[in-house]
Amino acid sequence: MSTLIKFKIDGVECMAETGAYVVEAAVENGIFIPTLCNIKGVKPRGSCRVCTVLVNGRPMSACTTPVASGMEVENNIAELNDIRKAIIEALFVEGNHFCPSCEKSGNCELQALAYRFQMMVPRFPFDFPVRDIDASNPKIIKDHNRCILCKRCIRAIKTEDGKSVFAFKKRGRQLEINVDPDLGELFTDELAAKAAEICPVGAILLREKGYEIPIGQRKFDKEPIGSDIEKK
Amino acid sequence: MATNVQNIIEKYNKDKTRLMDILIDVQSEYGYIPKEAIGQIANNLDISHVDVEQTLSFYHFFSEKPTGKYAIYLNDSVVANMMGRQKVKETFEKEAGIKFGEVSPDGQIGLFDTACIGMNDQEPAALINGRVFTNLTPFRVKEIIRDIKGGTVVEDMFTAAYGDGENRNELIKSTVQNNIRKKGPILDDDYTPGIVIWKKLPEMTPEQVIDEVKKSHIRGRGGAGFPTGLKWEFCRKTKGDKKYIFCNADEGEPGTFKDRVILTERPKLLFEGMVIAGYAVGATEGIVYVRHEYTYLKNYLENLLQGARDRNLLGKDIGGIKGFDFDIRIQFGAGAYVCGEESALIESAEGKRGEPRDRPPFPVEKGYLDKPTVVNNVETLCSVVKILLNGPEWYLKFGTKDSAGSKLLSISGDCKYPGVYEVEWGFAVTDILEMVGTDIEDVQAVQVGGPSGSLIGKDEFARTLCFSDLATGGSLIIIGKQRDILNDIVLNFTDFFIDESCGSCSTCRNITHLMKVKLEKILDARGVENDINDLVEWGKILKVSRCGLGQTAGNPILTSIKNFRYLYEEKIQKDKEYDSGFDLAESVKDSCEAVGRIPNLN
Repeated sequence: MSTLIKFKIDGVECMAETGAYVVEAAVENGIFIPTLCNIKGVKPRGSCRVCTVLVNGRPMSACTTPVASGMEVENNIAELNDIRKAIIEALFVEGNHFCPSCEKSGNCELQALAYRFQMMVPRFPFDFPVRDIDASNPKIIKDHNRCILCKRCIRAIKTEDGKSVFAFKKRGRQLEINVDPDLGELFTDELAAKAAEICPVGAILLREKGYEIPIGQRKFDKEPIGSDIEKK
Repeated sequence: MATNVQNIIEKYNKDKTRLMDILIDVQSEYGYIPKEAIGQIANNLDISHVDVEQTLSFYHFFSEKPTGKYAIYLNDSVVANMMGRQKVKETFEKEAGIKFGEVSPDGQIGLFDTACIGMNDQEPAALINGRVFTNLTPFRVKEIIRDIKGGTVVEDMFTAAYGDGENRNELIKSTVQNNIRKKGPILDDDYTPGIVIWKKLPEMTPEQVIDEVKKSHIRGRGGAGFPTGLKWEFCRKTKGDKKYIFCNADEGEPGTFKDRVILTERPKLLFEGMVIAGYAVGATEGIVYVRHEYTYLKNYLENLLQGARDRNLLGKDIGGIKGFDFDIRIQFGAGAYVCGEESALIESAEGKRGEPRDRPPFPVEKGYLDKPTVVNNVETLCSVVKILLNGPEWYLKFGTKDSAGSKLLSISGDCKYPGVYEVEWGFAVTDILEMVGTDIEDVQAVQVGGPSGSLIGKDEFARTLCFSDLATGGSLIIIGKQRDILNDIVLNFTDFFIDESCGSCSTCRNITHLMKVKLEKILDARGVENDINDLVEWGKILKVSRCGLGQTAGNPILTSIKNFRYLYEEKIQKDKEYDSGFDLAESVKDSCEAVGRIPNLN
């Protein structure tokens, strides 16, 4: 039996089931907390820090923090929104993101968040790193230029017997996504499609496919990200 | 090779949670992890190739390429540089005929930089095939390279007498010095190993033990200061079929080396503390996670554990207490500062990358292998033995009202007597400077608590070490007047955090680097007033990072701006409001040279 508890987001009284993460609980109450590395149905990881909220005054990632009775969450406040915007800007300067030529444009969550936070030009200098495009896999293309290291592919894509297909390699500024050479070969069409789908940016693309939905008619072309939640 | 690797894998029962140990053994056997070994390990442990690679590529002391028959890792931390590292480095390069980061063509010598190796009181120092070489001079380097070229084994390359105390133990044989300058309750010679296990524990319930620890008000000595008794109580109350006690001996904070001295001189006190913790929370296994740099203590520590088993201080029915079973194993790291964070440490001990976990849940609820786990600092566990032996009232006599007990300080830098000092909480920085034989007039700044702590100036020397004022894990680096704070200290520490970030959370991975770029702009005399303000603002973004490393990675810059802002002001352009930092002449230099053109920049 599930029990409902009361908590507050920006002073608004909310209800949620015990054990629900703050991000999910917010959605249930029609409140949008921006996220990037989080995906429904997969254990959260708190990598991108975009969903940072203040829980009883302390910064916490809303995707990994379970709600508790009487919790006071601050979400839509200037201080946090500026930090979120800065995090997104830093992700832009870290890689090589050229939206107009990217297959994911309009479906890209990084781009959509940048629009939502009205990013004009990043406050940080561009890094323009030299990165590879890995096209060795028969089903997918891994474009490291666009990878934001959110770990979604690592967490969500596993073989039938639970083995990792994607994993991190190295650390810090050298961190990158490594595709298993043996297991990646065995990708089913279904798994490859799932990998491309869950990638929030254009870092994992299906081979020999593209622009099936024209630009202009894509997920975030009409309304800002999060609008569906706020309409509830 | 395949047979050797197979033997190593089987030594650890093909257990994937022991991947660290397997990789450590392979690395030590071959000087690198060969590609074929990666496949063999993956197949045997039934994990993906990329899973082996993700652990392997995370740690500084694992390598996919040969590191040389003699792998030389020279400390490049702040104090090593103060003590003359540059000349030592140049001599290594000249004598070996290679640059740092390279291996000689004959595969004999590899030269590598490494972060602080816990020898700040005897720098410059290096690790050669895991053995520690201290107090290096250009002369010593020439001897070392000559010996290497003559084929001398590392163990025979020492020319100085072995160090003091147990450093000369048959199983250590090291020239490392303890430099214990002041003793207190922990370092006190008057200690009979096993006394609490034999005399006290049999008469106490686990709850009584926790109660005594709570009454002593002892707080964790790693830096965060969480009340130890409370942590134990949480773990005791959490349901679990198996529980674990971890000792965090991964001291990686540059400037810290007190755990090295405890592991050398008081390991039995530490082990007894772990047994007590095990009894209190109902754990059956203890793991001491020791940083890779202290591998030279391995045989010594493992021998002591065997001795404890023989004396029924470990094993079954310990101390004659029916049903109280507890044993300890040692887990070595492989070079990653972030593993000092308790959840990263647990991940590492499970054979994975040292990526901190999201909290909640905390280790006391879900720790090692998802079981309730207590992680305590070396010093904390040692203190507990003395608390039970002498009672909490005795312990409360030491220190201040909010910070009970003693604290081991690792003091290094520009001072006469670097070393380990056990003082009571409540010492002022001025007292410390006097204690270590430094004239306050010669001191420009003190780095309290290592790079993640704060850089303080003269006007704050009256502050005291305690949890309510200057909380510290115990590293104090004294910085003399002659030092260039921004170039020699702040830049080095910022680089350290960039190198040691696990990279998993975006703020730590990106913002620290971006702050460094900005700092370099200021150091290059391209900065303006707004650049200093930007640094302060950007530092706030780091505070939303997942773990303590990210949250404090901006501290070298932030605390130096706070306390030494004039050093930044001196470097910026006063007459300019904006400077892009872009150097057009520099940017087109290569192409102009290639085509033989003089650029027209107007």
